[in-house]
Amino acid sequence: MNDLAPHKVATSRSLDIVMEGLAKRRKAELRFRAYGLISIIAALLFLLILFSSIISKGYSAFLYTNVALDITFDPQIIDPEGTRSSDALSGADYDALWKSAVYRLFPEVTDRQKKRALSGFVGSSAGQRLRAMVKAEPELIGTTRRVWLPVDDNIDMLAKGHLGEVSELNDRNRDSQGWLVTLQNQDRIRKAINQEFFTNGDSREPEAAGIWGAVSGSAFTLLVTIGLSLPIGIAAAIYLEEFASRDRWTDFIEVNINNLAAVPSIVFGLLGLAVFINIFGLPRSSPLVGGLVLTLMTLPVIIIAGRSALKSVPPSVREAALGIGASPAQMVFDHVLPLAMPGMLTGAIIGTARALGESAPLLMIGMVAFIVDVPTGLTSPATVLPVQIYLWADSPERAFVERTSAAIMVLLVFLIVMNGLAVYLRKRYERRW
Amino acid sequence: MEKSNLLMLIVLLGVAAYYRGTHRAESLIAKNGPRLHSLPGFYGYYMALWSTLPALLVMVFWQLGEGHVMTAGALAVLPEEMTKADASQISLLINDIRNAASESTYAQANPVIQAAADRYLQLGRQSNLLLTILSLCVSLVGALFAHRQIKPTFRARNQVEKVLTVSLVSCALLAILTTVGIVLSVLIESVRFFQMVPVTDFIFGLKWSPQIAMRSDQVGSSGAFGAIPLVTGTLLISLVAMIVAVPIGLLSAIYLSEYSGPRFRSTAKPLLEILAGIPTVVYGFFAALVVAPFIRDLGTSVGLDVSSESALAAGLVMGIMIIPFVSSLSDDFINAVPQSLRDGAYALGATQSETIRQVVMPAALPGVVGGILLAVSRAIGETMIVVMAAGLSANLTFNPLAAVTTVTTQIVTLLVGDQEFDSPKTLAAFALGLVLFLLTLALNILALRIVRKYREQYE
Repeated sequence: MNDLAPHKVATSRSLDIVMEGLAKRRKAELRFRAYGLISIIAALLFLLILFSSIISKGYSAFLYTNVALDITFDPQIIDPEGTRSSDALSGADYDALWKSAVYRLFPEVTDRQKKRALSGFVGSSAGQRLRAMVKAEPELIGTTRRVWLPVDDNIDMLAKGHLGEVSELNDRNRDSQGWLVTLQNQDRIRKAINQEFFTNGDSREPEAAGIWGAVSGSAFTLLVTIGLSLPIGIAAAIYLEEFASRDRWTDFIEVNINNLAAVPSIVFGLLGLAVFINIFGLPRSSPLVGGLVLTLMTLPVIIIAGRSALKSVPPSVREAALGIGASPAQMVFDHVLPLAMPGMLTGAIIGTARALGESAPLLMIGMVAFIVDVPTGLTSPATVLPVQIYLWADSPERAFVERTSAAIMVLLVFLIVMNGLAVYLRKRYERRW
Repeated sequence: MEKSNLLMLIVLLGVAAYYRGTHRAESLIAKNGPRLHSLPGFYGYYMALWSTLPALLVMVFWQLGEGHVMTAGALAVLPEEMTKADASQISLLINDIRNAASESTYAQANPVIQAAADRYLQLGRQSNLLLTILSLCVSLVGALFAHRQIKPTFRARNQVEKVLTVSLVSCALLAILTTVGIVLSVLIESVRFFQMVPVTDFIFGLKWSPQIAMRSDQVGSSGAFGAIPLVTGTLLISLVAMIVAVPIGLLSAIYLSEYSGPRFRSTAKPLLEILAGIPTVVYGFFAALVVAPFIRDLGTSVGLDVSSESALAAGLVMGIMIIPFVSSLSDDFINAVPQSLRDGAYALGATQSETIRQVVMPAALPGVVGGILLAVSRAIGETMIVVMAAGLSANLTFNPLAAVTTVTTQIVTLLVGDQEFDSPKTLAAFALGLVLFLLTLALNILALRIVRKYREQYE
């Protein structure tokens, strides 16, 4: 019997084949593993680059360069008639006060053009500051005080080194740089918290532009969104999960909701423009319309999250409630809903956070207008934080780049807080049945 | 009375009715023993509903009709030759009257308009007074009616729950209403657009320059509204995005679900999810300010002519945004593949990567494809990144280094700023919206169907 031999040869050969290929296969294995790790690292690297470039560009906007001027509150300029009336104090030429103070610092500047450049050293809001000081404290008139005033936004950029090396500057900026160094040596330059950035509305002047208008616009818009989408979303989720019979009708609603969750946000903006503004005649650019549009956008998110929260409540709870004589409505509202509430709220917060960062549909309904005033109600024209970022990103001034990044940082802080809250809620109230 | 105050008053009446109804039910219990059909609170709710809902309905209908009556009354004051104009001039007149009415201190130059405005204001005051009386009466009558109904045999709970169910159903129906609203609003304006510009020109046209229509006064005849360059631009940017997002997203999902330990997974996964939570306007800013100049400089250094608004920059950043979307969906589907399949492959001597490539991925493929389709639909509908980083000129090209424009960018540029509602330029935005909606709808339905079918397979 000889036919064992070829069989033996065959096995040894296939084993050889396996052994031969093994090193290659191991390498392929390692390579594949490395691809996975590399792609995760790449994605995280993008995240890191994104955050670091925004933070490095934006952190300096929270501080602003101020200059100390010895202001003489000359009664001849402020109130020549000596009436000290409110009208006289409001109407005076406060710009003359700080201009003369600047000229006194640099008596050697006599050239007309350079003098004009020198008066551009101090920011245009300086006069308003002085007016506010005098109105609050009329006794100042006639005295000389050292007052810290904000510099012009271009000078601020110079002081922060955003305009490049000294050798690259143009003539005008080089003059300013010289004055800046002189003042720095006299201890007249300091960086202070940029209050205007947090308390002002939008402005064409970067030094006076702030985010407060946009933040309150966002707050009003979200107020409408939460006020409508939370109750409606929860009610819809309850109906679909607890009351609706499984038929084609319910199926249709479900398909609709899933589709709406994936419809591009800008289409919701078109809906808002056509329906809320053109048919219902609601005011354009108002937080009311913005909130309504965002409500329609967040509803699917809240409904889907709400349904899965309701689904996770075990049927035994329902059966127990029905067993002791509760009606279906009592069962849902007294027993199931309280247990599902944390999960529903988590979904609602995540949906609201998305609404807070949304801007495309709001462009459609006119929330991109340039609005200086801080909105005071649901129908006053307003803009929101992400749209403000979009508007500033379009502005050519160098100082707006800094402010855009800073506004993004503020927006991200809000989002992190909201998502953190959602995570906390989930961790705190999560129940495994 | 101001409408907001009236609303508050009616709500207060409702609260009072609740207490009154509950109290009445409780006194019935005290008299007859606990033989009521429902708990006392339900009688309270019943009464509160009767005292508020009809009154609120009256208010809503009043609000809808009031404006027409007021403007009609104000127009009646105007001399006849002014009101004999065509519809658009009348709407201008109405606007003037409303402006004059809302700014009482503003000295109006035209005394006729001022008179109409005074009439308008007067009518408004009368209407408010009437509404106040009427709605309060309705509220009280409703409460009285409900109060008389409260008897031990009355099934208050059933009534209240009926109202509750109806309101729940109407909330759920809002989803359908939204879809209908989207379809109708986009469709109606699109039909108006297609009356000015032939459908074939729109679908097959190779040239897009809506600005020309504005400059010459001829309607529609001179502007070019060919959507092809926009669609190709959108697809080009989406393609770049998917080339970035699909491999990175898929490979990270594979690594996270098959290779990494629980500790790495629990830190890396939320970090990846952060990418999905960043607002798109931030990505747009990043693309326009960091990525686009970087790519342009890189191209210049190797001698390529790269536009500063290249499709590559916008697509790259959009791809980064979509990574977590692809990875979390693929993760779900990979995890749904039963362990027995993997065990079978290992038992045959396959390495882990061979198992993944030849067993797990083919099994998970339908789901992953569905997820990728959803991601494509997202890329197509993405707005802010392309508005900020992509170009405005519609070039028909497949060169990713050139500037292209997209459907969403054009919608925004057409609709932002001053708009007259009847020009083909604005209506074109709605036609583009229709294209966008249909495109994403088709992708979504396809993807959701694939995903759904796949999910059922292994459950």
